[in-house]
Amino acid sequence: MTTVIGDRLPPTTPEARRNTATIRTVDVIRLLGCAAASIGFTSWLYFSALPLEGFLGFVLISYGLFLLLFMVVTSFDENGPTVRDRIIEVVVNSLAFLMLLALFSVVFYTVGRGLGPLGNLNFFVQDMSLAGPLDPLSKGGVIHAMAGTLIMITMALAVSVPLGLLTAVFLSEYPGRYARIVRTIVEAMTALPSIVAGLFIYATVIIFLGFNRSGLAASLAITVMMLPIIIRSADVVLRLVPGNLKEAARALGASTWRTVWTVTLPTARSGLTTAIILGTARGIGETSPVLLTAGATTFLNLNPLSGPMSSLPLTTFALVRSPEPNMIARGFGSAAVLMVLVVLLFALARIIGGRGPGQLSSRQERARTRQSKVDDYRFRARELGARRHVGGGVSERERTSPS
Amino acid sequence: MSVTEKIDVPASESSMDRPRRLVAAVDRPDVAFRWIARGSGTVVLVIMSLVGLFLLYQGYQAIQVAGLNFLTEQAWDPNSGKFGIAAVLVGTILIALTAIFFALPLSLGTALYISEYAPRKIKNALVTIVDLMAAVPSVVYGLWGLFFLSPEILPVSQWIASYLGWIPIFTVHGFKADDPLATPTVFAASTFIAGLVVGLMVAPITSSIMREVFTQAPLGEREGALALGATRWGMIRSVVLPFGRGGIIGGTMLGLGRALGETIAVYLIISPVFVIQPHILEKGANTISALIALRYNEASPFELSALMAAGLALFLMTLVVNFVASIIISRSRSGSQGD
Repeated sequence: MTTVIGDRLPPTTPEARRNTATIRTVDVIRLLGCAAASIGFTSWLYFSALPLEGFLGFVLISYGLFLLLFMVVTSFDENGPTVRDRIIEVVVNSLAFLMLLALFSVVFYTVGRGLGPLGNLNFFVQDMSLAGPLDPLSKGGVIHAMAGTLIMITMALAVSVPLGLLTAVFLSEYPGRYARIVRTIVEAMTALPSIVAGLFIYATVIIFLGFNRSGLAASLAITVMMLPIIIRSADVVLRLVPGNLKEAARALGASTWRTVWTVTLPTARSGLTTAIILGTARGIGETSPVLLTAGATTFLNLNPLSGPMSSLPLTTFALVRSPEPNMIARGFGSAAVLMVLVVLLFALARIIGGRGPGQLSSRQERARTRQSKVDDYRFRARELGARRHVGGGVSERERTSPS
Repeated sequence: MSVTEKIDVPASESSMDRPRRLVAAVDRPDVAFRWIARGSGTVVLVIMSLVGLFLLYQGYQAIQVAGLNFLTEQAWDPNSGKFGIAAVLVGTILIALTAIFFALPLSLGTALYISEYAPRKIKNALVTIVDLMAAVPSVVYGLWGLFFLSPEILPVSQWIASYLGWIPIFTVHGFKADDPLATPTVFAASTFIAGLVVGLMVAPITSSIMREVFTQAPLGEREGALALGATRWGMIRSVVLPFGRGGIIGGTMLGLGRALGETIAVYLIISPVFVIQPHILEKGANTISALIALRYNEASPFELSALMAAGLALFLMTLVVNFVASIIISRSRSGSQGD
């Protein structure tokens, strides 16, 4: 392909300033024009030409037309590679937009339909034991599910956090053949489908050992599911701790235990917190292990050792399977509460974590600067005192150093 | 070293010049810590192995009775000895493949957008949103799929069945394209809808792995491609995509592993059938995990064993997929660090 420039730019004109903007006006006009044309054409197809119906179909057809038109219009004054580049850019942008649209649709549809029951305050303080399927939304609530979720996740965390962190420390601090076996098994278990974790606890604790369905059994199932997730992500975080920090601690004579406690864990604190919080978000949202082991109830039960217990996802699941519109609305309400809980946990994880090991927040950084100033002052004072004591006067270094 | 020292070693003392024994003095808390750490590792190992072994042990009883029929029988009636996972296994794989069919372009596009096209200001926010999407509970996706997506998608199913019905997997029994009174209910609760919802669930996971690998593509080669006159797509095609191939394949397989094991969203949407259902648009589908959730409650001990065997099959399938995925991903990462 040959490009002729001379025709368009007479050499007599003064040198024009080059436009380095990444978005060109002509592209925007082209885009808007094609969009308008495709929507118009599709409307004509829908309302006058063809027997078509359905909103989704309308969107799909007009998008296809838009791509076609855009390609044709762009090819009028661009070369082949540029046309391809523009088309791909449009496709990639719209795929990302579709993904975000799907997320917002999932979140806002759920929360939106849940607003009805959430508007009634009794939804947060009553359980479902006295509310029948035909009762209005001003009766009954999901306090039993909220309490159940809280109890189950607390018990699951009480086991899985210490055990998970210790195992992650073991994997990173005592490498060897044994650690490799443990790591392989843990990685294999992250593939464990959550329903199989529930089935395992159902078969062992409930059938084999003969306990009844309870909050304890459900929290055990959640633990089995959460443990590999927490260990794996904590292991990744601990591996990012710089080796020279640990070596410095060992060189100062610290034992493995002191190194882990005073160097490794504080350095990786934010990453570990993120790992735990994200594991918690997964654990809270799981339905299937709880479905098999907790036994759904409609009344408030605060004792995890006896009697069935319900959780938010399980209650959602049970409520929306009812044909009554009010029960479905309550299901959406409890799903909305669950969503809000997960989003809060996620926001917490972003605020605390998201920082690499050793990276400090500005407050921590100020505190550390203050501390080292104090240390510096202390060292100097001691050094000065020692010199005075010996009676050496002021040395050469101290006279030249700015104080 | 430029400085060399010459040490005279008497011949008689050369026998003493052997490697020193390195002995680290380990104090008592440290010994205790080592045993505690090793002990917790052992506890985790025992729990995790117990899950696998228990599944194997419990399921063995049922597999022994059914023999090879376990893989070929479609019906599920363990109490009469006639049971197998052929139908649910095919259903599981079909739903997972449908999910990946939708998740792959969606996640690839999103990953490329975040790593290549997005303005720098909104990049971090987008990463957070996609990660949040991966943390949304599956029951919420199930609700959305059942109440919102399902009615919206029926006309699309109908359209595909009318115009592409001659392709075997899109055939729908009991639906005639030229019948004006045909209701779209034959398309409800199908493999297609369940797969679409599961695809949306796994897309964020797949996408975040792809994005991570894409952003590691070497800057020098990107700039080289652009300096040689490549368009942005030319640069992506010649640098980013070849570099991120491992991430694309590995991330997709990890998503496949999640899709295979998904329970509640699928269970809410499908209406279970116990025959091999290769027509993905038609009402009725089934998966192993939905089968377990459906039948565990009133199961006799033998049926429970059969369910365990089905769970074992599911676990083995996800295990293989995940292992292959993690190997592919770790290979692609090690390549990037070598650059």
